[in-house]
Amino acid sequence: MGDIVELKRELLKDVDLAEQLLGRERPVKTEVEIRGKITRSMVEEISRIKKEPDWMRRLRLRSLELFYKLPWPKWLTGIEVLDLDEMVYYAKPEAERASSWDELPKEIREYYEKLGLPELEARFLAGLVGVFDSETVYARIKKYLEEKGVIVLPMEEAVQKYPDLVKQYFMRVFPPSDHKFAALHGALWSGGTFIYVPPGVKIREPIESFFLIGRSGEGQFEHSLIVAGEGAYVEWIEGCSAPRLSRFSFHDGMVEAYAHRNATIKIITVQNWSKDVINLNNKRAIAEEGARVDWVEGSIGSKITYVYPSTILKGDNSATRSAVVTIAKGPYLKDSGSKVVHVGKNTRSQIINKTISADGGINVYRGIVRVVRGARNATANVECESLILDDKSKAHTYPHNQVDEPTASVNHEATTGRLTEQQLFYLTSRGLTEDEAKSLIVLGFLEDVLRELPFEYATVLTKVVQLEFSEYGAFG
Amino acid sequence: MGLEVVNLTAKVGDKIVLRNVSLKVDYGAVHVIMGPNGSGKSSLAYVIMGRPIYEVLEGDILLDGESIKDLPTEERALKGIFLAQQDPPQVPGVRLSSLIITFTNKKLGAKDLTRPKDPSVIKRMYEVATKLGLPREILQREVNVGFSGGEKKRSEILQAMLFDAKIVIFDEPDSGLDIDGLRIVADYIKSLRDAGKGVMLITHYARLLNYVKPDKVTVLLDGKVAATGGPELAQLVEEKGYAYLRAKIAKGGGSTGV
Repeated sequence: MGDIVELKRELLKDVDLAEQLLGRERPVKTEVEIRGKITRSMVEEISRIKKEPDWMRRLRLRSLELFYKLPWPKWLTGIEVLDLDEMVYYAKPEAERASSWDELPKEIREYYEKLGLPELEARFLAGLVGVFDSETVYARIKKYLEEKGVIVLPMEEAVQKYPDLVKQYFMRVFPPSDHKFAALHGALWSGGTFIYVPPGVKIREPIESFFLIGRSGEGQFEHSLIVAGEGAYVEWIEGCSAPRLSRFSFHDGMVEAYAHRNATIKIITVQNWSKDVINLNNKRAIAEEGARVDWVEGSIGSKITYVYPSTILKGDNSATRSAVVTIAKGPYLKDSGSKVVHVGKNTRSQIINKTISADGGINVYRGIVRVVRGARNATANVECESLILDDKSKAHTYPHNQVDEPTASVNHEATTGRLTEQQLFYLTSRGLTEDEAKSLIVLGFLEDVLRELPFEYATVLTKVVQLEFSEYGAFG
Repeated sequence: MGLEVVNLTAKVGDKIVLRNVSLKVDYGAVHVIMGPNGSGKSSLAYVIMGRPIYEVLEGDILLDGESIKDLPTEERALKGIFLAQQDPPQVPGVRLSSLIITFTNKKLGAKDLTRPKDPSVIKRMYEVATKLGLPREILQREVNVGFSGGEKKRSEILQAMLFDAKIVIFDEPDSGLDIDGLRIVADYIKSLRDAGKGVMLITHYARLLNYVKPDKVTVLLDGKVAATGGPELAQLVEEKGYAYLRAKIAKGGGSTGV
């Protein structure tokens, strides 16, 4: 208990980037709210509200059993600050699903406007889905997507409209049996986006989903599933944020992706939760023959984040690239690491992990490369770079390689850079404040990853980094 | 007017590195600071620039009559003091061009430091690099990473030129430079003097002084001002060495004007 009080004290004095953007939590009317102990009847009620087919109800209940049975994962430290018997596990805001911004209740619309989403959508996106608390409040996709047979739907709507399609993939890429909180996710999932791109269809404009947590003590369990048919191409951008909350909220989301033969799926996440969100991500993709799955993860906010974009290179000649950038500035923990399993022949993976620790922040890299026997000529390159900006901050790297195929080649490079007194003095002697100097170093450190992002997102991420390192907000 | 150091005593860690040092850098003049290794030359430059690991115990630092002793390093820089370091650190990830754009933006009071507020700076940085005998691509390289000794010196000069300060401190700009490099540095120092800037030139040997005739010379020994004078003092040091000066002071019992 003492620890929690201590944590809260730290949080209160801290300047929060998400708070700068979104302010403090404001009341939003809810139509339905389910809170308290996690029970079978709670899970059944969520299923009932969503008018789910029986297979989904059973999947939820099976997941709940697993949640009860499975042990607490050892790597999930810090999650104890949550009182799992006291949280709101389902909150449906009092809002009809809107397909234009005017239809949204003002207090919800304001959040999205502050994030600049309506403008971004008009300029840049093929479609946008907005999830607030547990439900989708906004969804609109450009007409040409429908004409090409692309499906972009809130997850629960997809379950009802395309049960056979969804059922083939849903929690088959990331089964609930994986760990206790994957199981909890399976039991309580709500919200999220389903994307299906038919064979041969290439969508060059990205589709974005934006997740907002609007209240304290909430659990958000959104589930997104992206399926690309043979030869298809799709880019999905995921953004998350929250206003400053008075108690910890919990995010236990899941992303599953399935790239069929020669398909390409690109997933970009810009995570900027406020600093009272405990953020657990379950992300996994399967790539069939010749397919490609790319992950870019920019993890800025949250109190604690656990994020491990993972790809199973199932088919021959499939490939993946995962670039994860995490910033832990202040009393925060980022536990990250990409995971790749090479199953097919000639599979290729590239993992780039960059962490920035400042003001007592801690980064942990926990990646895995597995090459199973028979994955002939598989190649994996792992680059871990840590930047530590002061003596109070830490970075730990725990790479794990398991190579059971003699023809495979796995390279791992890890470097740690520490901002030295000499460097800081040098840059301040050029007229930069310490924060500006740090921001310059951080942006330089991230340059190669930023360059790969779509321009709009590189700009957003650059701004975010500058804000993080600018106590007076003079930057940008 | 100019930069004035008044009765300055300073330490780094537990070590006193400057003892009661006073000197003046006037505009339109070159003030050479000489002394053997460990005599406090670089410490003096760092203390003037406000490096946080140094602590001023007594005395003051004045720029145009105003104390800058309690200002953070960046404000001293923005008030017009530039330090070209003897051995500048590597700054991985930061391109030389980004550093130059950032500090010129800062000087212009730009809000966004990343995009050049005055686009002509880009053209200028390439011109100056060429003039200094630096390959153009050095601007795209990370600051001082993999730079040769001569490239580091020239990069410091390049930054000094673009920073355009009114007081420029050079900490051994000549060590490790070939004859062409020496000429370039000397010409630049002379042009600064001609333009009415104040130059504090720290040097171990008098070699550079064959190209630039100093207006004033101060010799530091053990953190103290051992001698002050004109070009002839530099000549004396060059001919007789620091040991001679030290012996002379021991006899005379204090600092000396030669």
